Formats: sequence, structure tokens, C-alpha cells
Amino acid sequence: MATFSNETTFLLGRLNWDAIPKEPIVWATFVVVALGGIAGLAALTKYRLWGWLWREWFTSVDHKKIGIMYIVLALIMFVRGFADAIMMRLQQVWAFGGSEGYLNAHHYDQIFTAHGVIMIFFVAMPFITGLMNYVVPLQIGARDVSFPFLNNFSFWMTVGGAVITMASLFLGEFAQTGWLAFPPLSGIGYSPWVGVDYYIWGLQVAGVGTTLSGINLLVTILKMRAPGMTMMRMPVFTWTSFCANILIVASFPVLTMTLILLTLDRYVGTNFFTNDLGGNPMMYINLIWIWGHPEVYILILPLFGVFSEVTSTFSGKRLFGYSSMVYATVCITVLSYLVWLHHFFTMGSGASVNSFFGITTMIISIPTGAKLFNWLFTMYRGRIRYELPMMWTVAFMLTFVIGGMTGVLLAVPPADFVLHNSLFLIAHFHNVIIGGVLFGLFAAINFWWPKAFGFKLDVFWGKVSFWFWVVGFWAAFMPLYILGLMGVTRRLRVFDDPDLRIWFAIAAFGAVLIACGIAAMFVQFGVSILRRDRPEYRDVSGDPWDGRTLEWATSSPPPAYNFAFNPISHGLDSWWEMKQQGATRPTGGYMPIHMPKNTGTGVILAALATVCGMALVWYVWWLAAASFLGIVAVSIAHTFNYNRDYYIPVSEIEATEDARTRQLAQGV
Amino acid sequence: MTCIRKFARLPWLALLIPLAACKAEVLAPAGDVAARQRDLLVISTLLMLLIIVPVMVLTVVFARRYRERNKDADYRPDWDHSTKLEFVIWAAPLLIIITLGALTWVGTHLLDPYRPLDRIAADRPLTEAHRPLPVQVVAMDWKWLFIYPEQGIASVNELAVPVDRPVEFTLTSTSVMNAFYIPAMAGMIYAMPGMETKLNGVFNNPGEYKGIASHYSGHGFSGMHFKAHATDEAGFDAWVEKARAAGGALDRPRYLELEAPSENVPPMSFAEVDPQLFQRIVNMCVEPGKICMAEMMALDAQGGTGLAGTMNVTQLTYDKDQRRGTRAPVLGWEPFQVASFCTPEDSALMFGKSPELARAPVDMTPMRGHALVPPKGPFAPSPDNAVTLLDPAEGRAQNF
Repeated sequence: MATFSNETTFLLGRLNWDAIPKEPIVWATFVVVALGGIAGLAALTKYRLWGWLWREWFTSVDHKKIGIMYIVLALIMFVRGFADAIMMRLQQVWAFGGSEGYLNAHHYDQIFTAHGVIMIFFVAMPFITGLMNYVVPLQIGARDVSFPFLNNFSFWMTVGGAVITMASLFLGEFAQTGWLAFPPLSGIGYSPWVGVDYYIWGLQVAGVGTTLSGINLLVTILKMRAPGMTMMRMPVFTWTSFCANILIVASFPVLTMTLILLTLDRYVGTNFFTNDLGGNPMMYINLIWIWGHPEVYILILPLFGVFSEVTSTFSGKRLFGYSSMVYATVCITVLSYLVWLHHFFTMGSGASVNSFFGITTMIISIPTGAKLFNWLFTMYRGRIRYELPMMWTVAFMLTFVIGGMTGVLLAVPPADFVLHNSLFLIAHFHNVIIGGVLFGLFAAINFWWPKAFGFKLDVFWGKVSFWFWVVGFWAAFMPLYILGLMGVTRRLRVFDDPDLRIWFAIAAFGAVLIACGIAAMFVQFGVSILRRDRPEYRDVSGDPWDGRTLEWATSSPPPAYNFAFNPISHGLDSWWEMKQQGATRPTGGYMPIHMPKNTGTGVILAALATVCGMALVWYVWWLAAASFLGIVAVSIAHTFNYNRDYYIPVSEIEATEDARTRQLAQGV
Repeated sequence: MTCIRKFARLPWLALLIPLAACKAEVLAPAGDVAARQRDLLVISTLLMLLIIVPVMVLTVVFARRYRERNKDADYRPDWDHSTKLEFVIWAAPLLIIITLGALTWVGTHLLDPYRPLDRIAADRPLTEAHRPLPVQVVAMDWKWLFIYPEQGIASVNELAVPVDRPVEFTLTSTSVMNAFYIPAMAGMIYAMPGMETKLNGVFNNPGEYKGIASHYSGHGFSGMHFKAHATDEAGFDAWVEKARAAGGALDRPRYLELEAPSENVPPMSFAEVDPQLFQRIVNMCVEPGKICMAEMMALDAQGGTGLAGTMNVTQLTYDKDQRRGTRAPVLGWEPFQVASFCTPEDSALMFGKSPELARAPVDMTPMRGHALVPPKGPFAPSPDNAVTLLDPAEGRAQNF
């Protein structure tokens, strides 16, 4: 077990030399990260980019820039989360025949915990939040979100949570509990040092951001739609984002509260989840899954929206069964709260309770199935253009059905009794999260990249990435289904049975293919950026895919104010209709546009929250108190800042719009 | 590209190999319960394939047929609704789920791990001769303890049961959550501290099977597995005799030693076991002088002991910094436990009466705290009574 000391000093709490990890792998990582970091900082200084970054990006309240920053954060954290995955795959193929592998239990247990936490909270969540942030206001014809400052603050809180989580790599340790930190293992008795505290405060800080951004987007969708856009004329992506944000607002407080109770157990000795003195760990497991299951749908619903947009755009056809799509989404939203117990059928709740939750889970597959058929019949009698987003969509449809099937299988309690916690389960949820969420995100990146940056992504490298990813996914996770059927459970570090090894080897090979896919994706970004001025990459029209919804009505990238005039919606697929009716773009009669001003308060507040979180992890009470007071003081001070808005003058709008008129004329 | 496609196909072909090799214990189990669970798994899969396969085929067919280059295909950009089709796409999954739901309801009740078995195998109903074998299972850090109450023996990390005889597992854990799983015999069930769960299973084929911990439980989790021997009655008797001959007694002090965390523990056995041990583990009162949960609940059911109860705590000292769930929180109090209010004789009586389950006594007269330590200071009642309190160090009652 790890050496640790909870002796505290006033100045540094329990932080001392023992906090530096002893593992050489961590050291090597630290050196690489430090060198990379220094190089990056030096480059920023050399090219004098600090001011630009601060003014144009960090303090920006523009939903488009915040959306892009979210996705950059997600991509960075994705590399970390994937490094964890590769390390697990290597350990599991190595540790056979009496070998302990190359990771000790203390290190390995942190890796699988960190992999889960990072992939869900700091990759998938920022990814979809970024996407919704970017696309939703454009799709509903708005100029920004309802609360632009809150949006900036939410983003930086998410970054703060990520920083706390990443700090655990080089200072102390991360939790060794699995990604949901079930007590009593996560209690102070069984996890006495800083690992679980890093987990708690990382998630709490980021959770503030997620909840606030959920509220923000919810209000935006409800209050800021373009005139004429009734609920049943909203694009499907906006609908699914709307439902996802309802889920966020209703479920994240449960997570926050559950973690607060765990914090009280760990810090002040209450007994909510302890074995003794009336505590009940089963309560935690129920509570965390009451958040955890809706979370799954928070992740997948927006991507269902993406697939709908992509299918109908690239099939050149209206979406089949729009209203049934909307009802299916709402059904899933409601039902997602009625299924949490299927995560622990094996707790012994009794047959009637288990059957109830099993059957509610299966019922979710009905609206999900309906959605799949709707995409199918959107393709039916269409003219399908196989651009990259459409390729990802077809790959999704073929992959996701398998994940859906194994999901329903796990919802049958007697089947779950033999497959629960096994690698079959791991294969299942990677099947739906990679095959659904990630494939959807890749479709979305390829789809909306030209909108965000004004040029398309390289097709060749996109295809290389696509094939490596799809093939790599199947090679990496099909063996896990098989291993699950062989009765192999998750989170094991060493193995006895040599017959298992070949399957782990195939899975590791699959992970290598995925690594190539990720590398190809970054190459794709790089190549496209370098070639962005070539005509085949350039998007001058603002509508490179012959799109249907309002975001394609404006230029690529859109001006700060998105639309010079509020668009008016007369039906579904507003932009498609405008194109059909030959609507002309207004080129005069502009009015000054009221816009929010950038502010650094969000960065400062989140930085203080991060310091507060770190201080609480290490028991540095004076610093925690000081930074908390700092948060309160800065928040109050910010309410007295009346210099928050400005008007974009007509001359500036005219200049921007005339430039676009010339560009459009060139493009034709 | 062809090379990549080949790899894509590889896992599917390979799916057949483990089936042929009978390595997939979940699909080729050795016990009736696991076999029925497997059957349900296979039937559910086939039922779902009824809709999954057409969807996958349609996806490929539509994706090919309606590609842009195929100008012969019908193109109707405004076609977005068909009531008939809508009906089918909601009804077809609904029908499958109704069928599967019915199967699930029946299957879940029939295969409820708490339900005593009603048959030994598909063709062999349960008879009077098939008395279930009770086995008490304790998940410890990081090993499994099996207590055979009928045989009066115990073993660590080794289980033996006769084939074709129902086995009734009663499970708990000492410290953190765990799950008990013998894939070839029956599904898994959680083992939780302070809780008791049940699992019924049977082996039909003799052999040596793997048993695992299937819920992550900390540092030594990977080494927490055991061998499950399914033998004929004679073989089982021989195994019991061997354990008896090996000697050793598992009483409360020995159990507390065994409870300390250890990893990759080789199998061992005990010739004798304290008959109350398992109930004490479930009630978290193996330590001398600690109140059992059943006692505490009995007291609470009668209205609790009021302020007097708050005085009756003792500090835990044993191994308190690690893996006992009792570490001092940084801002809280030192960890404590509630001392027993009852005499050891009361306690023995409680477990003696009902060895299956320690229940609260039926006398529900509210307790008024007359027999307990009176609080001092402003809350002090009239000090007119003597008090019996268990001395935690000595484990015997003292009069105050």
C-alpha cells in the first residue's frame, strides 16, 4: 500500500515530500508534460499571444468561442484518458503466468478510476456541452446564450475540475475506488489519503459548471428562439439538447448532494454511508445511479440530434417522422429516471423490484428503436452523399444496434446475474459510448467544423481516422464480450488462466488501431489548417453541405452577432425553406446590435475555486478559507460592474455584411 | 484496405472458438441455475436479433441503394411521413419488448437468488432426499471465508460442495462491498458489510470451477479468488474429514486476526467454528464488548435509550487507521463504537434462540433508560439507580 501521512502542518496541511509519487512511469510522464508545457508557454510568450488569448478567448462571452474552448479541453483530456486506456490494455495482456505486469495495484487502481472519471466528466461532458454551446444558439437564430457571463464562468469551472483531477497525477494520488467511488471503500477508513478527496473536489468544481451551463442552455432554448420557431419547429438537435439539459438540471444536483454527504463522512465524521452507527452504503449506490443513469442519456441524446441533422442533410431529404422523433426523445428523457436500479440487480432487491427496473429499461429501447427506424427511412428515397459525417452516421447505426442489444440483454435480471461487472458489461457500455457518443461527436466535428472555421476538414485523413477507429473499436471490444462470457470480471490486474491471454492481446491490438485513428484525426486537423486557403477546403458560402437549419444561413465563421437580422422561421428546416423560396439576404437597413462585453471574472472565480478545491484536498484550511472568501468577494464585486454591454455600431455591421456580400458573389 | 477488412471480420469468426473449447463458463455452465440463466440469455438474444438483423440489413441496403451516384433510385426529398410505417416502427419493437418483458418477469421470479431451488436439473425434481447444504460466506479483505454450520468447519479460499445437492449460501462481508460469483454454478450476488444476502445454486457436473470476487474491493482484489470443488457425497465427506483432521479453531479472537487485510491467501481450513460467528459478523459485533446491530435495533424499536445511549460508547483501538472504516476524520471526533448494553449472557441467549437470524425481542415496552448510565450535568435524571455496563477491555459486566 502507498505510504502516506495525514500529519498536518498549518502552512501546508498534509502536503509534504511524501506527496511526490514514487512510480517511474509517473516521473517520465511528468517530464514529458513539463517539457511540453514549457515549450507551449515559451511559444506563447515568443509570439506575444498572451494578450490575444486573454482578450479574444479566455475572457470571451461569445458562445461560439466558449464552445470551441470546451471542445479543445475535451480533446486534451481525451488524450490523457486514452493514455490510461492503453496502459490498462498493456497491463492486462502482460500480467499472465505469474507476472505482476508493470503496474502495481496502487497505480493500476488509480488508472482505471481516472480513465472512467476523465472520459465521462472531462471528455464526453465538455465535448457535448461545447457542441451544444456552439450550435444551439445558431440553430435557433439567437445572438448568444441567455446568460453569456455564466457561460464563460461554467466553462472555467469545468477547466478547474479538470485541473484538480490532473494535479493528482503528480501530487499525491487519485482515487482507487472505481469511477463512482462506492463507499465504504471510498470512506475515510478504507481510502484515508487524498485520492478520493481529489475525486470529490474535482467533480464538485466541474459540477458547478455543468449545472450552470445546463440552466443556461435550457433558458436559451426556451426564451431565445427566433420569431416563428415554435417548439415543434425546433431543429432536432436543439430538441435533443433541450432534453439533455433538462436531465442535467434535474440530475446533477443529486450528484452534488451525494458527494457532499460523502465529503461530510470523510471530513467531519458523519455516518451517512459508513458500515457502523446507522450508515448505509446502499443509499449512496442508489443516489449515485439516480444521477448516473440520466447522465448516460445526457451524453447520448445530443448525439441522436446530430445523427438526425446529418442524415437528413446528406440524404437531401426532410427528416422522416419529425414528431415521432421528438416524442421518442421526450419518452427517453422521462424513462431515464426510472431505470437506475438496473445497475445493481445483484444487490438482492427481490424479484419484483428487479423485474420492474428491468422492464422499464427495455421500454427505453422502444423509442430508441423508433429513432433508428426514422434515420433509416430518412435515408430511404434519399440521395445520400457519403461525406465524412454521413460515414460516421452509418458506422454508428451498425455499431450502436449491437450495443443496444447487449444493453437490453443486461436489463434481463437473470442474464445480468451472470454478466454484471464482467467485461461483457465493459464491452457493452463502450459499445454505446464509443459507437454512439464518440462516433456522433466525430460526425459533429466534421459537420460543423466548416461553420466554425470557414474551411472543411481534409477528407483523406478523415477517412484514415474513420477506418482505424471503426476497425479498432470492433477489434478492441468484441474480445471483451467474449471474455465476459468466459466469466472474467472487470478491474482485474493479474490473471491466472493463460487461455484468456489471446483475447486481451486482440483487444490491445484494437487499442493500438484506435490510437492510430486518434493520431490520424489530429493529422487531419493539422493538414486542414495548413491547407485552409485552398479553394477545395475554403467555405465561402457559409453552407458547404447544402444544409437545412438556420446555422447555415450565416457566414462561416459567423460574425460575433451571428445574424444581422433576426431570422424568422416559418416551419421546420427554416434555411432549406428560405433557399427553396429564393429568399434574398438583406443588405441594408441595419440597426446597432446590443451585445455582452467580455469579462475576466469567470476566469478569476474559477481559479479561486480551483485553489479552494486543492486546499480542501490537502487540508490547508487557511488557504481554503481565504480562497472561499475571495470567491464571495469577487462575486459581490462583479455585481457592481455595470460596464457589461455595448452596441455594435451600424458601420461595423455594414462592413462585415458587405464583405460577406462580396465573398458570396465570388463564390458563385 | 482489404487487410483492414480482414481484421474487422476476425473477432466474429473467433467468437466460435471459445464456444467450441467450452471455456465460456457463462455459456456452458455446470449447474442448473446458471444453465437456466444462460437459456434466458440466449433466448433474449435471439428475440432481439429478430429486429436487430433486419435493421442492420436495411441500413446496408439503404446506404447502398440510395447513394448519390445511383441515379436510378427513387428520390423524394419531401417525403417525411407515413402513418403505416410509423405504426410499424413503434409496434415492432413494442411487440418484442412485450414478449421479452413477460419472459423477464417470469424468469426473474423463477431465478431469484433468494428462491429455494425447485429442481436439481431439468429432468430431476427436488425430492425429500435433497436437503439443501447451508454455507455461510464472508467476503474479507481479500479472501473468502466459508463456514459450514452443519459440519462445524470453516475454510478460506476453498469451497467444496456435493453435486446434485442444492446449496444455500448466506453471504455478508467484513469491510467493503463485494460480489460472490461462481460462473459455472449460479449468478452472482453482492456481499455487503452489516447486510445478509442469499444465493441458491447447485452443481450438476463434478469438477473444479473458479470462484471469483466480482466487485472491485481495493488493493488485493485481483488475488481474491478461490477454487470451487464439486464432488460426489463421498468426496465431500472426505474433504470435510480432511478439514477436521487439520485442526484449528475459528473463534472470535482468531477471526479478528484473520480479518486483518492480506492478499493472495492460500487455502486453509478450521476444524471448529464458533456457531454464532456468522451472525456476529453480520451484526458487526465480533469484537468483545461491541453492541450487535440486532440489539441496537431492538433497543431503538422500544424507543431508544435517550441521552443515556450517547454515553455508552467506547473507542476503537484495533487497527484503527486502516481498513476498518474507523479512521478519524480530520474535523470530526475520534472513531467510536457503541458498547453492549446487554450482558454476554443476554447476547448469547439472543443468538442461541434463533441461530438463523438474530431478531428483535417481541417485548415492545418502551425503555426509559432506567438501567443505563445517567448523563451528567443539566440533563442528569434523579440518580437513584445502579447501572450495568460492559467493560470493553474485560468483556464482562461491571456495576457502577
